[in-house]
Amino acid sequence: MNPQTLSALALWGATTLYAIAMVAYSVRLAREADAKVAARARVSVGAASGDDVPAAEGGALPRSAAKALGIARSATLVGVILHGVGVAARGIEAGHVPWSTMYEYTISGSFVAVVLFLLIQRRRDVTFLGAGVTGLATVALGLALTVLYEAATGLQPALQSFWLVIHVSIATICAGIFGVAFLVSVLQLLRDSRDKASRTVSGRGFRFLDAVPAAPTLEALAFRLNAVGFVLWTFTVMAGAIWAEHAWGRYWGWDPKEIWSFVIWVVYASYLHARTTQGWAGRRSAYLAIAGFVALILNFTVVNFVFQGLHTYAGSGS
Amino acid sequence: MARVRLDNYAVVDAPRLGVRGWLRWVWRQVTSMRVAIILLLLLALGAIPGSVLPQWPREPARAREFLADNPTLGQWCERLGLLDVYGSAWFTAIYVLLFASLIGCIIPRAMAHFRALRAPVSAAPTALGRYEHAESAPVPQGARTFMTAAARFLRPQPGWWGAVRGYRVRIDERAPRGDDAETELALSADNGHMRELGNLIFHTALVGVLVAVAAGSLLTYRGQAIIVEGRSFTNAVAAYDTFTSGRLFNPDRLYPFTLRLDRFEAVFSPSARPQSFTAFVTLTEPDSDPRATDIRVNKPLGVGGANLYLQGNGFAPDLTVTDADGNVAFAGPVVFLPQNGAYTSTGVVKVPDVTSGPQLGLKATLYPTAVGAGTNLSSVHPDPTNPVMVFTAYQGDLGLDDGVPQNVYRLDESQLSPVRGVDGDPAVLTLTPGATVDLPDGLGSVTWNSLPRFAAIDIRADPSLPWLLSFAILVVVGLALSLFSQRRRIWLVAPLNPRAGHATTVVVGAAYAPPHDVGVGDHLRRVMAAATGTLTRSEDR
Ligand code: HEM
Repeated sequence: MNPQTLSALALWGATTLYAIAMVAYSVRLAREADAKVAARARVSVGAASGDDVPAAEGGALPRSAAKALGIARSATLVGVILHGVGVAARGIEAGHVPWSTMYEYTISGSFVAVVLFLLIQRRRDVTFLGAGVTGLATVALGLALTVLYEAATGLQPALQSFWLVIHVSIATICAGIFGVAFLVSVLQLLRDSRDKASRTVSGRGFRFLDAVPAAPTLEALAFRLNAVGFVLWTFTVMAGAIWAEHAWGRYWGWDPKEIWSFVIWVVYASYLHARTTQGWAGRRSAYLAIAGFVALILNFTVVNFVFQGLHTYAGSGS
Repeated sequence: MARVRLDNYAVVDAPRLGVRGWLRWVWRQVTSMRVAIILLLLLALGAIPGSVLPQWPREPARAREFLADNPTLGQWCERLGLLDVYGSAWFTAIYVLLFASLIGCIIPRAMAHFRALRAPVSAAPTALGRYEHAESAPVPQGARTFMTAAARFLRPQPGWWGAVRGYRVRIDERAPRGDDAETELALSADNGHMRELGNLIFHTALVGVLVAVAAGSLLTYRGQAIIVEGRSFTNAVAAYDTFTSGRLFNPDRLYPFTLRLDRFEAVFSPSARPQSFTAFVTLTEPDSDPRATDIRVNKPLGVGGANLYLQGNGFAPDLTVTDADGNVAFAGPVVFLPQNGAYTSTGVVKVPDVTSGPQLGLKATLYPTAVGAGTNLSSVHPDPTNPVMVFTAYQGDLGLDDGVPQNVYRLDESQLSPVRGVDGDPAVLTLTPGATVDLPDGLGSVTWNSLPRFAAIDIRADPSLPWLLSFAILVVVGLALSLFSQRRRIWLVAPLNPRAGHATTVVVGAAYAPPHDVGVGDHLRRVMAAATGTLTRSEDR
């Protein structure tokens, strides 16, 4: 089997497994939420009848929940291995690091997101993120394989640089980190709305929110991720400037790609400020973090396809 | 004056009347965190139009085209500075205000930080039990030994990592409130200073970056020189094809080196993708022997404070033109600009110095690997495997004497007429290397002698670069220090002697940290274990 087929097969396999994991993680989350609601009901019933019912945290989970978690975990694990194989095989096929086209950037960035999730999972329980992360990875891989796919080619002279490896690899890692942080911020906002009994998220469909941690806990997790992402992004922008200085003889030229990298950086800086400011901490700063990730995605999609600039090789073809 | 709390970083004196009161109020507003956030968001939003609309400095041709295509909208964009966002008054206003705010923020914070570092750590609170992270443990060795060991563990350790993670520690002997007024030992430790220090380094370095960029734009120079194989370039303003410099640049400071392009190597894949470009050059610096070196894409050559970048390349056919009298009226290489990936290139030859008759001009197209013939001629590969040149000749006045500077790649046809063949149409002549063709009507002849390549070399000096790099490194270091270092407080309190009725002293510890710090509880237990000597080496920190 040549690397090209191996890569495609492995990535399709990973996509399928992630999709399965996403479903299983969702089932698990729903069961957990059900159990919490049931436990709360038992407690209030118990209190009314004077019985001494222990308010077991989360209540007992049905066996199906444990089974769902087992399926989710193993599907993610096998999926991430296949994903890694797919990325590596692509690198071997292309003869350079696999992050020089949108296709390569997408498969590598989503790989980072899943690996990051598994790493965090080792240190603390973030099962509630599983559905989001594997869902994001499924969509990213699916889009990459169907829409963005491009055959591997050699690198142009301007891209043959040590700084390409540094600049783009860190940018890829940032995309993964900011992506997970984005999910956490979205959950934070939803959970916060639910706690405030907002009408939009009070329906059954949002019951899973009862199983995710409280908003302040989510905000703390999002901050840690965004903080790491921000430092790495700062470094990415600087490495890019050094590379531009070597390749084009100017470190900054307000090229569309550079403009958007700057916008992302400034938006996350305002997020970091907002976190510590009265009236901005909490919801408003979470909006800013989400805006930062949206800018990151725009930088990678719209900016590549629509705007012209020296970075056009990052777009598809030509 | 009433004090009004704006947010955690600024307290405003609400003004009554008077200019000073207002100025103060404005200044406090400008340096408040809320305004900083708004300015940052404005900066981000303001930068976006520059990626959507064509910008004069970056792509003047597209800007001109945009104005021509959208007369009304274009005029408005032009008036609002949207076609030169980063040089516009409003964008400048945003970042100048932001940096004013930043400086107004840094100075008082730096002073406050300096004072805080000299002041002792604040004392341990009395009721430790109410903190989320609280522990207690028996200390058979007694309170004093325990506290000394704990302080040693907490204080900065040798090495930079130890220094970054160290605490400022204070130990008090105090009488607790209450009736059983037994003296107790209270240790208070705080490592929040590193974070604040990193934050100050970061913000100050940002100012440094801005200053370095501004200084660079005043002192820089940049130019482009086109050098044909076998020819040399001497670093002087007149020798450049294009040259721009900052306001404070002094042309006398140009370092007078000479660069000879010995050979240019371009490697393309069979499908015409560029694979590598190398300019092999000989560099002669004042007071030293010539040395051979090379310039590649991504690998500039540094000479006397300037960098030489390989920015473009192409062919420069060496031509000889004789006039009607048979005298050589022009000889030398002519730079042809590549028009596509297969290096189909166009060039212009201007021959003003004819012995008699009208001046001559040639408009030529070069096909490095020509296929087809006549109007179907095209190039399929950039390598010169089958070079063919097609040109038309013009006679008349080249317009060079008007004193208006002319584009060397363009023929001003206003006073020229094409040379016509026997059929009355403009004559299209074809030439191959080594061959000579005669112009119609006995106007002369053109000989193609050889096909050297040229390299376009950008030369740029920006004395601010080392500064810029240093500040950039400080930005990252400061940021990492500020975002990753902890803000923990640890308190340990123990009575000097065991309490009445107890055999051993019991120490109570508590820790306080921001909510994202998940490791602080473990850390507290480790500190206490280390101080009682029950921490094994492998767990150490
Ligand atoms: C050039 C624009 C600025 C940028 C890019 C910027 C960036 C940042 C970043 C990334 C942080 C996070 C680091 C940390 O949390 O320790 C931060 C923190 C901070 N910035 Fe700025 N800043 C800017 C301007 C300002 C201004 C104008 C002020 C004053 C109002 C300010 C005051 C602060 C303060 C007080 C913090 C610490 C927040 C905390 O307690 O965590 N910054 N800044």
